[in-house]
Amino acid sequence: MSTTLGPPSSADQLGPDPDRPPAAGVHSLWRLRGYLRPYVGSLAIMLVASLGGVALAIGIPLVTRAIIDGPVTDRDLGALLPLAGLALLLGVLEAVLVFWRRWVQSNAVLGLETTMRRDLYAHLQRLPMAFHARWGSGQLLSRATTDLAAIRRFSGFGLLFLLINVVQLVATTAVLLHMYWPLGLVVAAAAVPIVWLSMRFEKRYVVISRQVQDEQGDLATLAEEGAVGIRVIKSFGRSTHVGELYDVAARRLHATSVDKARLSAKFWTFLEVIPNVAVVVVLLLGAIGVGRGQLSIGELVAFITLMLSLVWPVSSLGVILAMAQEAMTASARILEIYDTKPAIRSGEREIAEPRGHLRLEGVHFAFPDAPDEPVLRGVDLDVRPGETIALVGATGSGKTILTALVPRLWDVTAGRVLLDGVDVRELRIEHLRSLVATAFEDPTLFSMSARENLTLGRPDASEVDIEEALEISQAGFVHDLPWGLDTRIGEQGMALSGGQRQRLALARAVLARPHVLVLDDTLSALDVHTEALVEEALGRVLASTTAIVVAHRASTVQLADRVALLEDGKITHVGGHRELLATVPAYRDLLAGDENAEVPA
Amino acid sequence: MSEQTSRSWRGEAQVDADEAAERLTAGSLGGGAGRLLRELLTPYRRALQVLVLIVLVENAARLAIPYLVKVGIDSGIPPIRERDDLSTLLMVVGAVLLATLTQAVARNRFLVRQGVVGQDVLLALRRRVFGHFQALSPAFHDGYTSGRVISRQTSDVDAIHEMLETGFDGLVTAALTLVGTAGILLFLDVRLGLVALLCGPFLALLTNWFRKASASSYRVTREKVALVIVHFVESMGGVRAVQAFRREERNQAIFDDVNDQYRRANLVAFRLVAWFMPGIRLIGNITIAVVLLYGGYLAYRGEVTVGVLAAFLLYLRQFFEPMMEISQFYNTFQSASAALEKLAGVLEQEPDVPEPAEPRPLEQAAGELRFDAVRFEYVEGRPVLPGLDLVVPAGQTVALVGTTGAGKTTLAKLATRFYDPSAGRVLLDGVDVRDLASDTLRDHVVMVTQENYLFSGTIADNIRFGRPEATMEEVVAATTALGAHEFIAAMPHGYETDVANQGGRLSAGQRQLVAFARAFLADPAVLILDEATSSLDVPSERLVQQALHTVLAGRTAVIIAHRLSTVQIADRVLVMEHGQVVEDGSPQELVAAGEGRFSALHEAWQASLA
Repeated sequence: MSTTLGPPSSADQLGPDPDRPPAAGVHSLWRLRGYLRPYVGSLAIMLVASLGGVALAIGIPLVTRAIIDGPVTDRDLGALLPLAGLALLLGVLEAVLVFWRRWVQSNAVLGLETTMRRDLYAHLQRLPMAFHARWGSGQLLSRATTDLAAIRRFSGFGLLFLLINVVQLVATTAVLLHMYWPLGLVVAAAAVPIVWLSMRFEKRYVVISRQVQDEQGDLATLAEEGAVGIRVIKSFGRSTHVGELYDVAARRLHATSVDKARLSAKFWTFLEVIPNVAVVVVLLLGAIGVGRGQLSIGELVAFITLMLSLVWPVSSLGVILAMAQEAMTASARILEIYDTKPAIRSGEREIAEPRGHLRLEGVHFAFPDAPDEPVLRGVDLDVRPGETIALVGATGSGKTILTALVPRLWDVTAGRVLLDGVDVRELRIEHLRSLVATAFEDPTLFSMSARENLTLGRPDASEVDIEEALEISQAGFVHDLPWGLDTRIGEQGMALSGGQRQRLALARAVLARPHVLVLDDTLSALDVHTEALVEEALGRVLASTTAIVVAHRASTVQLADRVALLEDGKITHVGGHRELLATVPAYRDLLAGDENAEVPA
Repeated sequence: MSEQTSRSWRGEAQVDADEAAERLTAGSLGGGAGRLLRELLTPYRRALQVLVLIVLVENAARLAIPYLVKVGIDSGIPPIRERDDLSTLLMVVGAVLLATLTQAVARNRFLVRQGVVGQDVLLALRRRVFGHFQALSPAFHDGYTSGRVISRQTSDVDAIHEMLETGFDGLVTAALTLVGTAGILLFLDVRLGLVALLCGPFLALLTNWFRKASASSYRVTREKVALVIVHFVESMGGVRAVQAFRREERNQAIFDDVNDQYRRANLVAFRLVAWFMPGIRLIGNITIAVVLLYGGYLAYRGEVTVGVLAAFLLYLRQFFEPMMEISQFYNTFQSASAALEKLAGVLEQEPDVPEPAEPRPLEQAAGELRFDAVRFEYVEGRPVLPGLDLVVPAGQTVALVGTTGAGKTTLAKLATRFYDPSAGRVLLDGVDVRDLASDTLRDHVVMVTQENYLFSGTIADNIRFGRPEATMEEVVAATTALGAHEFIAAMPHGYETDVANQGGRLSAGQRQLVAFARAFLADPAVLILDEATSSLDVPSERLVQQALHTVLAGRTAVIIAHRLSTVQIADRVLVMEHGQVVEDGSPQELVAAGEGRFSALHEAWQASLA
């Protein structure tokens, strides 16, 4: 049954899986090439400057040779000064080229990274709750920082040097072969094991690095649990146990890291041994060549210098290839997010004169990862303009998700939600969300000023409006903060209690002057006294605004004109509080205290 | 976005402690950072000495190679020319080979040993920091925030790791190369050596400029990246509010602004390197040209050999390379010193709830709680509890009622020793709780709050958290009593469901039930419930209350609640106000009294049910 009725492909419904790495390849990087377009000129300059650098790196040792073979060996002092002057000129030119390349590069790569980060952020903001419910902000952050930096490094540096190093390798080897081919062959032969070794090492290194990363992640998770769960750990006196868990993970990481260090050590050792052994061979054969007159002494010196100048380009190939690999993975991870199209698309219509008539018709809802377990199965509800309706239901019955369907934070899986007779999916989404405001149970505060947090839904609110909203929600405490409304709150600012946060969230929703106000159990963290004050003040707002109030307590229900009972994914009863209390046992069960307990007389 | 808006949205706050640490240590290893580093390295003094020895050998071998090339050219070639005698050359080449192999072996040993020592230091540091955070009181954690606790143990430790891995090697090699090369150049030829070393002052000037400039640029970059990260994480974490309130556009404007500030800060840093690296290259190339000119002249005059000239050129190459790497090393060093400073700050924090030097054993607790003239103040001079005297006999269930700030939660936290009283004593079965090891105390006294954190792992693991040896039957018994068995059994993998995956959809109430099961299973003598039922709906709460009836039989319990329904199961109600008990009696007595706060509250509650 469920297999035939379920959606065709659950993978499509769900979008990318945050826990599974996407397939990466050259094509991933290639797809991001558009970002390089504004910097084509810069890239050309960088390339020219780098190629010039290669020429100079070959040129300077050749001048050395000329000096040794000319003025020194042939005793021609007149040529010394011009040649040294030439060396100076080439040297200065090289430095200038390096500077030019780096200067241009700085602008280009940072511009590239900044643009990509901006686009990523813009895209993420448009993705719906269905996406964000699955992706933690930490996972997204690592894409916006680590992955973008990997792409920046490769496109600004790795790509260039991949090209340059190959050019330098080929050009220098050609010069060496031309100079004295037997030695040239030795050098060319030495390059082969280095490249081979670099690539082989690279593979093993990637494996062990990933293992280290995973283990670091495990350790970070334990550190996080130790921090966030500290009160539970202390309550149960389990510090020792948690410490042991951490210890085991830390030791495992230690062992893997030491293995990684050993592997690197082995690699770097070979990387130094091979060119040095080549120097030994070159020295031996070269000196014999000089002794037998097949090679000038200046050539030998130039030869050794040139050879040493190849060590870095050759040995860095491994690192650059690693960089490329990293950049490919990174771009695949970013593309995965780009490829997730916002499943909630804006409509076109606007309501010219909104009245706030809300109607739910046969509304079904299931979470995308549990399509067979619908939370709502045919909800019908009509909220008249200006009416306040209380939504009552057991824990987990889907009250919150029902309210989230109105501003389209989620979309219905079947049925429709109508605002003033228009399906909300046909409305321009910003327009819709300007008509509906929600005060959430667990309010999100941003690390910004209290004012910025309050005016989230209405940036142009006047001081008078703000005051009024603060008064209604009994949130006058913000004036007592050190900088009043300009005090930074949230994680990076002043800490507020749960009740204070809820009152701010309420003020935020009231300030937005919505036509439909949703209060999702907004008063749960308030003490009885404050709650009563808030409810009294709220009455004024609710008199003229359509409202849905999710309620657990009888006191909250009394704000409402009518009550709707949500049971098994349907609205089973609608009516007055007293009426339902009297006639519906399930309602009585939910809202009334324990009647059978020994109530004191 | 203009500067003006960018300033105003953030709001005012005190200077962040982390930012202050960055400022304090930018570019120095003074104060706490230096002290901590010394402490960490002290156990490895011998290993470090060996490392230095190896590095000396390695560098000696490395520096010998150009010299041997010189000997090869000067002494090896003439005999070949004259009589095709290869013996000298072979000897020299043999020496070069030996030097090469020595260098390779030494390098390998160095990298491996450095890796091991570095990882040992890190392991010790990690354990110490984790243990210390665990020892610090929840009060400390409240103020410090979990975000900081985590970044101390991740990014800061990583920064130190980076320094241990690349920084020391870079610094030591650079220093030895500089000194060693300079010495050899002077030894090879004093005049040419002195001319070559004329570059020294210029290098020093350039490096010094770079060091200062990059210290301030580094700090700015850190501040900017922090802004980007905070804004990014908060807007993604709070995306529901962002979308519900059509905040996208303004968020994008703010993000563009901080993103661009970060770009500009980075640009300054990149440009510093764009000046520094070619600057070093320029000095190096000029030096080479000068050495070519003067060395060529001296060689022409026959005062130095061609071999010496060649050796000079090779040495100068080696001389300038590590200088360029300093620019990379420098950032590593700065972030490590800031990280050390922050960690030192944490480690210097004395636990405000210290473990007793000689803990008293307490095998079985009856559960009598006694508050003896207990005074407690969060802020000095403003006591929350001015002087509380209270006895809760073993086995009694007490409900605490009162307005926010009356001191109910404080009382609970003193009993579990999350805090220590400023004056007076808290006694469990007549023993001062400060004389009990905290693990012992909390075996007997367990608190359940609204905050019900679940650890990664299965639901069963979480329920067993307080008593890992509990059998599955006991786990099920606990959840069944609470009415939690059904929803757990209905989950995809039942009790084995991973909390991190499917468990993510547990509602607040369901999490609370798991937390209750965890506390019931721990089987303490004293159970403290601080607002623990507030996120439950009425039917669940009723089930919990029924379960409490059985569970609390024979146990001491302190229940803090807003809802009066919870209070009904208590033997005794305490109404608190301003840290004092103002009413004390059984619920029936207090209601029957007809006047007083409890009776008024009760009346209001009855009215809401009608």
